[in-house]
Amino acid sequence: MNGILAGRAPRRPSALEWLRANLFSSVPNTAATLLILYLGWKLAPPFIDWAFTGAVWSAVDPLICRDRQGQGACWAFVVEKHRFILFGAYPYDQHWRPAVAIALLITLYAVSALRAMWRPRLALAWLAGLGAIGMLMWGGVFGLPFVENERWGGLMLTLLLSTFGIAFAFPLSILLALGRSSHMPVIRLVSTAYIELIRGVPLISVLFMASVMLPLFLPAGVSIDKLLRAEIAMIMFAAAYLAEVVRGGLQALAHGQDEAARALGLSYWQRTLLVILPQALRIAIPPLVNTFIGFFKDTSLVVIIGLFDLLTTVKVALSEPAWTGFSVEAYLFASLVYFLFCYAMSRYSQGLERELARGSAARTLREN
Amino acid sequence: MTKPWSLNDARVRAVAYQLLLAAAAGIVAWYLVTNTTRNLEERKIASGFSFLAREAGFEISETTFLSYNAADTYLRAIAAGLLNTLRVAVIGIIIATALGALIGLARLSRNWLLAKLAAGYVELVRNVPLLVQLFFWYAVISEHLPGPDNALSPLESVFLSNRGIAYPVPRPHFIHPWLGAALATGVALAWALARWTRLRQAVTGKPFPAFTAGAALALGLPLALYLGAGAPLALDRPVLSGFNFSGGAALSPEFATLVLGLVIYTAAFIAEIVRAGVLAVDRGQFEAAHSLGLSRRHAIGLVILPQALRAIVPPLTSQYLNLTKNSSLAVAIGYPDIVSIANTTINQTGQAIEGIAIIMLVYLTISLAISALMNWYNRRIALRGTKA
Repeated sequence: MNGILAGRAPRRPSALEWLRANLFSSVPNTAATLLILYLGWKLAPPFIDWAFTGAVWSAVDPLICRDRQGQGACWAFVVEKHRFILFGAYPYDQHWRPAVAIALLITLYAVSALRAMWRPRLALAWLAGLGAIGMLMWGGVFGLPFVENERWGGLMLTLLLSTFGIAFAFPLSILLALGRSSHMPVIRLVSTAYIELIRGVPLISVLFMASVMLPLFLPAGVSIDKLLRAEIAMIMFAAAYLAEVVRGGLQALAHGQDEAARALGLSYWQRTLLVILPQALRIAIPPLVNTFIGFFKDTSLVVIIGLFDLLTTVKVALSEPAWTGFSVEAYLFASLVYFLFCYAMSRYSQGLERELARGSAARTLREN
Repeated sequence: MTKPWSLNDARVRAVAYQLLLAAAAGIVAWYLVTNTTRNLEERKIASGFSFLAREAGFEISETTFLSYNAADTYLRAIAAGLLNTLRVAVIGIIIATALGALIGLARLSRNWLLAKLAAGYVELVRNVPLLVQLFFWYAVISEHLPGPDNALSPLESVFLSNRGIAYPVPRPHFIHPWLGAALATGVALAWALARWTRLRQAVTGKPFPAFTAGAALALGLPLALYLGAGAPLALDRPVLSGFNFSGGAALSPEFATLVLGLVIYTAAFIAEIVRAGVLAVDRGQFEAAHSLGLSRRHAIGLVILPQALRAIVPPLTSQYLNLTKNSSLAVAIGYPDIVSIANTTINQTGQAIEGIAIIMLVYLTISLAISALMNWYNRRIALRGTKA
């Protein structure tokens, strides 16, 4: 024991040793390294030339881009149209409002990511934050001109669709998951049928259903606007997927927890709300974040039913005759925006997973 | 015990809750149905599926195994759409599985560059919506590939242009059906050989290289027949005529985009599944197999792979389902899949409920079929004596 502890700390390998171990350890390994280096040497310079050195960064006239087409990227399109892509048809001189709202929303997300902030007060912060965002976006108070929600668009709409989608789908999904693991056959049947039906069909068909069938379901004279119809479809869809994740958390929880709570004489709702859900949801957080990422990406499908989200504003900006033909640049920009949000969420989920795993490993060690 | 009908009795409460839920569901359903029938009457839309027999009147840009023209019925149009969906799904699943497995293994490679490259691919692709990727690839094909008159030609008689991919196909020859028959015979013989090897090995313990011999049979028979017939090599090559290629066969830009996008996207998810599956096998398993004297190839084939597959197959199933459902994004780039054709049908006839019912029914059937197939496979490879 003492000998091991007294032994020298492992030496850091030198650069040459690292290279030999990781890149040139065997003949096939060396061949793979050389092939990758060769391909990089061949492909990287033309790409860098297209994307950076030869690119047009700003142009008063789209014709400058047109001249360089095929040799350099036209980032001037993105520079020229970024306000429209990010904020849609929102009145131009009022763009600071969605900008502040986006900043506020991102701050709320960032704050919620800190585990030290996971207390009931956080819900109040969200309520206040969403209230402020609604006030900013609609206006009509404090001298802000009123802006109807038909004019909302771009990144703000994408963020709102996903935030409100999750906010409503999540409680619904908990009910569905509890229903599916219930002992009552009718409740189990209804929940299972709903979850499997929605998970069996593509999101597009649910969106189509909301946009063409929902009006048929309602009594004459009642109509819901397009944004709300799409949001209802997104909520219905997300709830089914989230429900399966929550059910995974419920199943992963040791059965003894429920039995112990029963033995204490707690009622179903006391057991569920005080004992089962707090633990099951904690287990399910990493896969829940992954489902959120999927949902955030899925909001891009509203382009198909003509809602003005980030992807739609990109497409509309491209449809202007002066700027047609620069789609690759435009979609690369859209990809970058989506990537930043999704990558941040996915790194967070991975970190959290490690942290929670470490927590439980430490606890296991303590308890044994 | 005291009172037979007390709300304090959990069983009575359970029945009451369920009756309440059933009643609520019934009321909601009744409300929706009455509203819908009234709305349909007002709009003078006859419900029912009789419209399927009417003439569709729209063209479909490409079909699979089924001829179709505008004078055909809606039913035939929808069938053409369904076949197009299945074509994308089957081809996509096969290529995505191969690419995903390669990238997943590359991420586990001892070569640092290769592993990082694969990891970068997975992170990049997984964090951008599929629809954006589809639009991107469609833009690359339609805006950045040259026109047919100076198409790229990576192989002889294969042309990449903004009209899609044109490639040569063998001219019909009387030997083709016989080649198919030879392949089928070879596969059947290989299967019988594998079975015989297993039985003999169980009794005598003697191994036999069944895989090599089987592969030689399955491929050798058609090859021998082909060479025996004098290796007839008449290709129908695509030739530029006017503004497009004629002759040979072609993949439309829409089809190519959809398969490319779906494969690249799904392969990233499959790669992660394969990686997790391989990592789930305990290192000790490999060492134990090694100490039993199994060769590296046998250890991987008989010990590691069967265990990794057990962790891989269930999540792989849901990726296959996702790919099939995601193929419905075809509607956004103009590939005539089932959703796109049902959507056109809805717009022309106003039969929204029936149209969406058809879409949902088709996808539910496909989902159930893939699930059933993969569950059957999963049961075959599952540990004996466990539930799975």
